[in-house]
Amino acid sequence: MARMKFLCDAERCIECNGCVTACKNENEVPWGVNRRRVVTINDGVIGAEKSISVACMHCSDAPCMAVCPVDCFYKTADGVVLHDKDLCIGCGYCFYACPFGAPQFPQAGAFGLRGKMDKCTFCAGGPEADKSEAEFKKYGRNRLAEGKLPVCAEMCSTKALLGGDGDVIADIYRERVARRGSKGAEAWGWGSAYGQPPKGGAAPAAPAAPAAGKS
Amino acid sequence: MRNLLLIAAMLSFAGCMEVEQASTPERQAGQTVKRDTNPWSNEPLAAGPKWNKGDRTSWEEQIKKRQLAQHEHRRIYQ
Repeated sequence: MARMKFLCDAERCIECNGCVTACKNENEVPWGVNRRRVVTINDGVIGAEKSISVACMHCSDAPCMAVCPVDCFYKTADGVVLHDKDLCIGCGYCFYACPFGAPQFPQAGAFGLRGKMDKCTFCAGGPEADKSEAEFKKYGRNRLAEGKLPVCAEMCSTKALLGGDGDVIADIYRERVARRGSKGAEAWGWGSAYGQPPKGGAAPAAPAAPAAGKS
Repeated sequence: MRNLLLIAAMLSFAGCMEVEQASTPERQAGQTVKRDTNPWSNEPLAAGPKWNKGDRTSWEEQIKKRQLAQHEHRRIYQ
């Protein structure tokens, strides 16, 4: 059973923002809303600058789902967290609950009106009929229904951003790390999220201490 | 006076910038979240990846193949 996830390789991301642009273009995301964005730490520090592309991580136990007062979230059979804009009241609780700042609210109006929540759908559309105009208008394109993966991951030029079944992309990343000589194995959460203990051994690479300084 | 008219015109047209949020009907009492149909229950596109409509396994197999295109070691050195 597929469990759709994103994984961004900080050793490869070059902060080109191609994923952000592709997402906005593919889903015709309104002004003021970025479903995906690139975050850079240690900006300008030679050798220490790292970038990572962040959007909804489609959490297995999503905090946005837990706090929503109108219960507008649901999870698809392949683990994608989606929401129903017909039910959303735009309260913003999900924004405060989300550790990645994924929920976005259109504020393009003259009076700063906060609209209904918008977020990354893993290019899986929404609860409207698949590939319908209503689905595209509210949620963007449904690439999963076309047998494709999210456009941000598929067009990433350095293949820093991987998207798809968690097991498959973790294997890709693991093999990549092994080939380049372990750089990346110290990624935060490696041991718990993507690490596989070697046969008869302990889990690989304990998470390193976070680097000082943020931008 | 001219400036005032200009400001009034700007304010009156500013509403045109509103992102449409009301394309959906009002929430009805007792309405619950809608559920999406599964991606594998769709007909594959004529010029796209292929799977058997309604067959989850074949959809997952083709999406797995597609994921491996992100793996340059397998894609290039095969």
